[in-house]
Amino acid sequence: MFKFFYHYSSLRNFYFFSEKLMPFLITIFLGLIIYSLYGALISAPADYQQGDSFRIIYVHVPSAWMSLLVYMAMGLSAVSVLVWRVKLAEITLSAIAPIGATFTLAALVTGSIWGKPMWGTWWEWDARLTSELVLLFLYLGVIALLRAIDDRRTGARSASILCLIGIVNIPIVHYSVEWWNTLHQGPTVSKFDSPSIHIDMLIPLLTMTVAFMLYFIIISLYRIRSAILVYDKETQWVKDLITSSKREQI
Amino acid sequence: MRTDRSNWNTLFILVRRDVLKTWRESADLLYPIMFFVLVTILFPFALSPETLVLRSFAGGLLWIAALLAMSVSLENLFKTDYSSGALEAIVLSGVSLLLVGLAKAIANWVLSGLPIIILAIPLALSLGIDTFSLSILLLSLTLGSATISLIGTSIGALSVGLRSAGMLVIVLALPFFIPILIFGAVATSNSQTGLIPEAELYFLAGLLVLTVTLTPWATASAIRTRLG
Amino acid sequence: MAAFLSMGGYAAYVWSSYAITFGIMILLYVHTKRQGEKHLRWLRRHIVTRDNEK
Repeated sequence: MFKFFYHYSSLRNFYFFSEKLMPFLITIFLGLIIYSLYGALISAPADYQQGDSFRIIYVHVPSAWMSLLVYMAMGLSAVSVLVWRVKLAEITLSAIAPIGATFTLAALVTGSIWGKPMWGTWWEWDARLTSELVLLFLYLGVIALLRAIDDRRTGARSASILCLIGIVNIPIVHYSVEWWNTLHQGPTVSKFDSPSIHIDMLIPLLTMTVAFMLYFIIISLYRIRSAILVYDKETQWVKDLITSSKREQI
Repeated sequence: MRTDRSNWNTLFILVRRDVLKTWRESADLLYPIMFFVLVTILFPFALSPETLVLRSFAGGLLWIAALLAMSVSLENLFKTDYSSGALEAIVLSGVSLLLVGLAKAIANWVLSGLPIIILAIPLALSLGIDTFSLSILLLSLTLGSATISLIGTSIGALSVGLRSAGMLVIVLALPFFIPILIFGAVATSNSQTGLIPEAELYFLAGLLVLTVTLTPWATASAIRTRLG
Repeated sequence: MAAFLSMGGYAAYVWSSYAITFGIMILLYVHTKRQGEKHLRWLRRHIVTRDNEK
């Protein structure tokens, strides 16, 4: 197991290994996204209370889940960078921060749009939305720090420290906002309670989430591979690759 | 293995060095103070001069002003040491970076947190706060400002020497200050309705303990990283 | 078809949500691709000039 990670954390091995994976990932992704869209927009039955507006769930929830997943992936990368100085982890951290920010933004915007028909307002200062907003700032902060530091390796280390500070703080922020909300309970609180979601509604949600995960993996692999070539530009294998095959794309 | 006694000595020397340097050599001493007062007095102009109105916002208002004023002082924590090469010398001398990080935070608190707490007294009274709430405000400010100094020092260490480091530190650090702001402001406003805000103060204290334990490591790591 | 497009009256909300989500996902993909091509061009220039220098 350890040998597996050790072997593929070498930039060269990772590059060629992921190259083989890409076609599969892309095919499965395209198939899943079409299937999920059909399920979300057509075959899932309309909600009893919310009508068709509940279909926003199929983009909102996967985005939100992904924003948290990427956050955890960033945390793992950060630990790998600081503890073991794994170069691949440095690259991964820089590569996935923008993806996380994208998902967080999508979650916030779709959540806000969904809020209008559901709660009557564009925004609610409840624990989940506010913490998600703070998460967006963490992503933006990591991106800003990475851009401010010229040296890639130092930048990745600094961003890792910031990321870990954030990992400790985000739960604290979430808790504080939740607590603050219970104090200032507004008059129009309608918690989105779905006691038991119907199976026909659940399946598109799950498939859409997997599709989003595949999207994340595909985009991050693309970014990582591009960064690997730049990181290792002085090595022979990269030079051979660039000069010999006349690649048109990474 | 250094003894406890010499660790305390080193800490004291480092703190004293930072405090005296700022005290003697720069005008940076006045900025947190002036900013705190200026921001606070902006609110009556923006909202209303009526004491009744001001009183209801006083806790949160002072907390925001304190937060911003302390954030402003974070940029210069490491700047002069970094550019003069003193920081590198300190690292090379083998002093524990944990102590350096802690010392910077303490120095920052002495130079910005403490004056803010003291100035909060006349400012709060001008906003119409009663004495009991004032005491709670001051207690929450003490606990919170120490936490802010600690977190701010870590983030200041991360961005030392970078372009627009001042704004970067503020933008990176403010989201982490939100829980402190929530509990400090709520503690004050709750005490104004006659409650004793035990929960909030306990949380602030707990947050301080957590921060004191963890941030020196982050600061040390950041210093080592930035110096390459 | 009309029922599908109007989404039970919530057309604006549902379609804008989907459009924005997939829109920014597509934008991210395009940005990634362009950045990749930029890196590739830079690498080719960098490696060719270094080889010529040798």
